[in-house]
Amino acid sequence: MWLDEALIATFLAAAIRMATPLFLSALGELFAERSGVLNLAVEGLMLLGAFMAYWGADQTRNAWVGLGAAAVVGILMGLALGVLYVTLRLDQIVAGLAANIALIGISAFLFRLIYGRLPFALKVKGFTSAPIPYLSDIPFLGDVLFKQNLLVYGALLLAPIAAFVLYKTEFGLRVRAAGENPEAPDNMGVSVPGLRFVCLAIGGLMASLGGAFLTLGHIHLFVEEMTAGRGWIAIACVVFGRWDPKRALAGALLFGAMDALQLRFQAAGVALPFQILSMLPYVATILALMSVSRSAQLPAALCIPYVRGER
Amino acid sequence: MRSLREVASGILPQLAAIGIVMILGGLLVTAIGVSPIKAGIAFLDGAFGGLNSIGETLLKSAPLLLAALGVAIAFRAQVWNIGAEGQILVGATAATAVVLWLGPMSHWFLVPLGLVVGFLAGGLWAAIAGLIKEKFGVNEIISTLMMNYIAFFGNSYLLHGPMKGPKQFYPESDFIPEAAQLPTILPGSRLHAGILIGLAAAVLVYYLMFRTVLGYRIRAVGDNPEAARLGGIPIGRWVVISLFLSGALAGLGGVGESAGVHYRLIEKLSPGYGYTAIMVALMGRLHPGGIVAAAIFVGALLVGADNMQRAAGVPSVLADILVGFSVLSILISTYYPILRAYLRRRFARVA
Repeated sequence: MWLDEALIATFLAAAIRMATPLFLSALGELFAERSGVLNLAVEGLMLLGAFMAYWGADQTRNAWVGLGAAAVVGILMGLALGVLYVTLRLDQIVAGLAANIALIGISAFLFRLIYGRLPFALKVKGFTSAPIPYLSDIPFLGDVLFKQNLLVYGALLLAPIAAFVLYKTEFGLRVRAAGENPEAPDNMGVSVPGLRFVCLAIGGLMASLGGAFLTLGHIHLFVEEMTAGRGWIAIACVVFGRWDPKRALAGALLFGAMDALQLRFQAAGVALPFQILSMLPYVATILALMSVSRSAQLPAALCIPYVRGER
Repeated sequence: MRSLREVASGILPQLAAIGIVMILGGLLVTAIGVSPIKAGIAFLDGAFGGLNSIGETLLKSAPLLLAALGVAIAFRAQVWNIGAEGQILVGATAATAVVLWLGPMSHWFLVPLGLVVGFLAGGLWAAIAGLIKEKFGVNEIISTLMMNYIAFFGNSYLLHGPMKGPKQFYPESDFIPEAAQLPTILPGSRLHAGILIGLAAAVLVYYLMFRTVLGYRIRAVGDNPEAARLGGIPIGRWVVISLFLSGALAGLGGVGESAGVHYRLIEKLSPGYGYTAIMVALMGRLHPGGIVAAAIFVGALLVGADNMQRAAGVPSVLADILVGFSVLSILISTYYPILRAYLRRRFARVA
């Protein structure tokens, strides 16, 4: 029987695993966009993060060091993007596209420089399944939720935390104000560029961690352009989630499920060519956006650089 | 007419911006332990050293030029088409399928037919993103990008299945009839007529954008959508039209690859030309003249970097990094007048 309980549990577990990199990246992008900055360089940030994590884990044989390396570089890149978008007030779409190309290039350049001469793909020690005692024994639910790796647990916990920060803290209020009506925080003496820099640092950090998940928590390898559009799907998650962390998680789970579904179909030998199945996540992204875009309300100040005393 | 001096003062900061990035590239090469002189010579030799090298440079410029002209039309309308990569593939796939199906016929019929089919297919593929933007409000940045992957897997499916040539070992189509192939224009090199099509397209796009009502409307939609709407221009329709033209030019670039370079359809038809073309369009400041110069420059960069990898062991993706930073640097160079005014004030104070 193709649809038995164990298979469904494996599928749902895979869906959550594949949703994790999307959700991590989407969460960072959500903060950037909520503060008024559209950062289109998510794909490049993910790839650089994936490479840094791979390199760090390979050099030290320690996955945590890899994760740390990705985090540090992600924050630095987020701040560098802040110089372009916030300080220099470059067109966010155009500068984002250019920065994205450069970041993708840097990840491939470093990889070929350091590992290009190896005749084989070198696996690193990453994060493997860490069953939670007792909880993982729950039938079905234990297999779906509680036999994941640590990064998945961390990402799932971040959803309520991010929602709390965004809606219940002073910082979150200011971020939302910076994206809707930047005069308001400015009149209260809060620096709008400062807020946007912080949010871009969060965006860089989270996208980098999303990329790191792919190398450390998924295939334990680095492959050029291994993100395969996931950075863009993460941006789509933000739109799909209408700039809300929990709904963005729902979006990530939806697209993660598509990814898991096409893998499962391929494994089960469904009589469709694998290329048609591989299209699934991309088609689903467009269809999902078709269903929500009309009702999506962009942050009012998105893409508009803040200049004091100007409207 | 603008005076030569005005034109020069507009272009010089941009050239300086690119120059600074190239110097940074040299420093990067030095930092990884390669002699910048050796790398530089390998680079220049690869891109310009001899007829064959120049032919290769222009060969890579052709798809970049065509796709970038398309990108520029869309960007002028503030329509962010980043799907040129998929539009290139769809244009090449459709054109190859049609000429293979028809078989050998007159050269004067098959070559133009292939170009027209590629033009229409690329255009219609891109127009889908315009339609779902108009009907459902889907942002075209995401839809055009997603459609790149759909086009890639679609092409891959066709080459593993229905379009795979019976005698081909790899997932490739049969070779197209000789009558459908674009002629070589530089004896002793692979350079085909695609670059001439690109140059002709640049002239036409200039005329279209700056001398016709159609171009005026596209620019009006981009410059001030609200005013255009009030002026009675239906924005949605113009988004679709600009995407159609944009994708059509990219599709034409794809036909250049399938009918001029490979003479068949292959999976890796485009090594990212569609993404690089966006950078070319921005480097050329969305102006056909600037785009011609930028396409040749980036073509040289790609070919030179390949040779640098062979001769000096520098990873060729250095070209992508330099292209990305060049665009950023050019964007920043718009601050040049402000900087100059500032320096002048400083200088006046000191004097």
